[in-house]
Amino acid sequence: MRIILVGCGKVGRALARQLSEENHNVTVIDTNPEKITQLTEELDVLGVTGNGASNAILTEAGMDHADVLIAVTGSDELNLLCCMFAKKTGHCHAIARVRNPMYSHQLDFIKQQLGISTIINPELTAAREISRLLRFPAASQIDTFAEGRVRLIKFELQPQHRLDGVALREIPQKLGADILICAVEREQDVWIPDGNFVLHSGDLVSFVATQEKAVAFFEMLHLPTHPVRSALVVGGGVIGYYLTKELLEHGIAVRIVDKDASRCEVLATDLPKATVLHGDVADRQFLREAGLEQTEAFVSLTELDEENILLSLFAKKHTNAKLVAKVNRLEFDDVLDGLNVGSIVYPKYMVCDFVIQYVRALQNDAGSNLKTLYRILDDRVEALEFTVQEESAATAAPLMKLKLKPNQLICCIMRGNKVIIPRGADRIQVGDSVIVVTLEHGLKDIRDILAHG
Amino acid sequence: MNFGMIRYVLGWVLLCEGALLLLPAAVSLGCGESAVWALLGAAALCGAFGGLLVCRKPKNRVMYQREGFVITALAWIAISIMGALPFLFTGDIKNPVDALFETVSGFTTTGASILMDVEVLPRGLLFWRSFTHWIGGMGVLVFLLTVLPMTGGHAGGSHVNLMKAESPGPQVEKLVPKVKSTAAILYGIYIALTAMQIVLLLAGGMTAFEAVTTAFGTAGTGGFGIRNDSIASYSPYLQSVVTVFMILFGINFNVYFLLLLGKFKKAFSVEEVRWYFGIIAAAILFITFDIRTMYSGFGEALRHAAFQVGSIITTTGFATTDFDVWPMASKTILVMLMFIGACAGSTGGGIKVSRLVILHRTFRQERRRHLHPSRISVTTMDGKVIPPDVVRTTNVFMVAYVLIFFWSMLLISLNGFDFTTNFTAIAATLNNIGPGLAQVGPTCNFAAFSGFSKLVLIFDMLAGRLELFPLLLLFTRDTWRRF
Repeated sequence: MRIILVGCGKVGRALARQLSEENHNVTVIDTNPEKITQLTEELDVLGVTGNGASNAILTEAGMDHADVLIAVTGSDELNLLCCMFAKKTGHCHAIARVRNPMYSHQLDFIKQQLGISTIINPELTAAREISRLLRFPAASQIDTFAEGRVRLIKFELQPQHRLDGVALREIPQKLGADILICAVEREQDVWIPDGNFVLHSGDLVSFVATQEKAVAFFEMLHLPTHPVRSALVVGGGVIGYYLTKELLEHGIAVRIVDKDASRCEVLATDLPKATVLHGDVADRQFLREAGLEQTEAFVSLTELDEENILLSLFAKKHTNAKLVAKVNRLEFDDVLDGLNVGSIVYPKYMVCDFVIQYVRALQNDAGSNLKTLYRILDDRVEALEFTVQEESAATAAPLMKLKLKPNQLICCIMRGNKVIIPRGADRIQVGDSVIVVTLEHGLKDIRDILAHG
Repeated sequence: MNFGMIRYVLGWVLLCEGALLLLPAAVSLGCGESAVWALLGAAALCGAFGGLLVCRKPKNRVMYQREGFVITALAWIAISIMGALPFLFTGDIKNPVDALFETVSGFTTTGASILMDVEVLPRGLLFWRSFTHWIGGMGVLVFLLTVLPMTGGHAGGSHVNLMKAESPGPQVEKLVPKVKSTAAILYGIYIALTAMQIVLLLAGGMTAFEAVTTAFGTAGTGGFGIRNDSIASYSPYLQSVVTVFMILFGINFNVYFLLLLGKFKKAFSVEEVRWYFGIIAAAILFITFDIRTMYSGFGEALRHAAFQVGSIITTTGFATTDFDVWPMASKTILVMLMFIGACAGSTGGGIKVSRLVILHRTFRQERRRHLHPSRISVTTMDGKVIPPDVVRTTNVFMVAYVLIFFWSMLLISLNGFDFTTNFTAIAATLNNIGPGLAQVGPTCNFAAFSGFSKLVLIFDMLAGRLELFPLLLLFTRDTWRRF
């Protein structure tokens, strides 16, 4: 696919890397020549220096033949303008990033009026993910499939869960829980486990289940299943705003802290139900006064990744609250695993996941459609949701007779309103949505999971 | 410095050369010569060394600019050494330094020879000699980029550094987003143009062998002929075909890509190419006028002038006449053309027209700045600002060029030849042309130089082809430090 990427900021760079690794022809546009030089030396992409909303620059970047244009500059309006031009002059799909809350309730209107294929709002997505985590605090990560009906939940196995040394096939008898463990992370390794896999405490376990089943499972493990009742949100940026709004709608008491007085006033105007506090979060006394010790959830969303991590570590020491931290730049993400700072949310990854899913779905117009894609466990595992639209080798036999490539797991089949945790005798049918967890990257079609020959 | 990766890519380069050596071996076999064993032997050695180097894959596959430059320099030295083996094996060239000189001259598309009589060489070797031009013209690493699945993985696509180090010009840019596709497009254009020339030469009555070797010599802007008098004994039609194609191969290949895309207006407005044609036209006009009395008519004078101008500015080095006997003004123009060279991104050598355009504009800007010291201005080319980095490296390139030039001249002056010989010998090798004036003129060759001088000239040829810096890095101590 020929893809034009306007804007080489944090998200733009991550997208360029991922898309060029998936072997697309990527052309990047930015006004800053240094960014272009750096990116073209680092990645196998073509660079054009200039304004992405200029027709001449877009033509130079190959607008006439492009399949997708993605606009992720710092300015919402510029992104929309780029996409509008691309839509009018070229024949490509246009994806714009729009994050200003002012526009958030008219996104559909904008999409229709300007003919833009999709609008992404990473801040809103991040806020929704954090809100899910706070409503189900025992999980360290939650991804949703099938409009939220099925969840992929990650949590850390503790000694008191009494699952230490238990093989996966014993779990249904032992607990009577209808869940399927689909990925396990242990120290540096990731497994797609089979029935003989033995769990240890300290493992990060990901499983697929409906919301009710997940609640039942966590109750058996004596993990908390009720939402937090209060949250302290540090950093009143765009995510902080969306999150507070989302939490208030669910009846959770929110205190939101920002160090900029005028920003606090805006928040207080827009979010009358929230308690808006003005102060410096680096001040220990101020944090305590804000209720650090009493809160059930502590969310750090300041501009600085380092500050967020430090705040989480600080909060971990002084409270038992559910901790969530936002990290934007991922350069040093591997050291975070060892720190154990609770849940970490990467807004940049969310955009990447969405765009990649979109592009892969475009590449594959027949057979089955890729509906959702998540990369979990720092990028090594992909969880994908396919809609099966026609008969193929994958629908020809029951699951136990299908020859899958190694390290693939079909972990859920959704048929109509029914959610099936598949066993060997089940069979994929046309019209099903199927969730696959895999160590392989780049699956585009349900048939890709089958071993050839 | 990622030594594992350097070793690995060098191994692939040698494997590649081994495979390419099979082509002259097949020619040799077809002619029933014993040289086929020499060529096959060299191919086998390339295969063995290459296989040894690639058998263990490096764990760390990241390449930065420094690896790209060092690999390029080492690869060129390695292919030259291995490429010299067939000449030694057959015994047609006895001295290893001479054999190396001939091969480096081939790969760098210089076309300077130490052979007194090329017509006695076996056809397999003649073919290999011309084929080295063709390989060296577009570059062996660029070729490698088209065939090898080297890009990919999380290491990133820094293979663009290989292309940057090998392709000539102040600013190397990809045509399409992928290095691999860019390299394939460049080789596609290269092969298509070469094939076109072969067909036109065949139409003029050349034998297939002559047509192919002559086309290789032209395409790489090399200049090895298979006759002792270069192109002089061919018909005027054939000489004209060679003239046109020499000039075509001296054009920036980006222009052909633009033409393929149908962007004619943009293709014809590339400033470098306009300058290139302007310089050629002016030089031909002046020389035709200057030498009109030496030939039977205006037409013949024009043909010789055009051929020699095309041959020198594209740094090919074919000759149809002994231009050493031309008037001083014409000879001076030819020497100036030697330095100008072809366009960036072509197969030609020299300083490159685009560098001169940049230098010219910086020079103008500097003069203006002397009038208005606080004036801010930018240099542009093709309507785009030339990044200050490019201006700086172009200036440094000129300084390094002059330094290498003078040191080389000092070193070969030990032979005791006259000034013109020394000066044009360096000009002809550093700019990858081939013939110079006086004792290295089109009717003479480089056999008379001492072994040491030949080594200096070998260095100059490689430095000229790789545009100085990759080769100079080999002599920088920091390059070889692990940290």
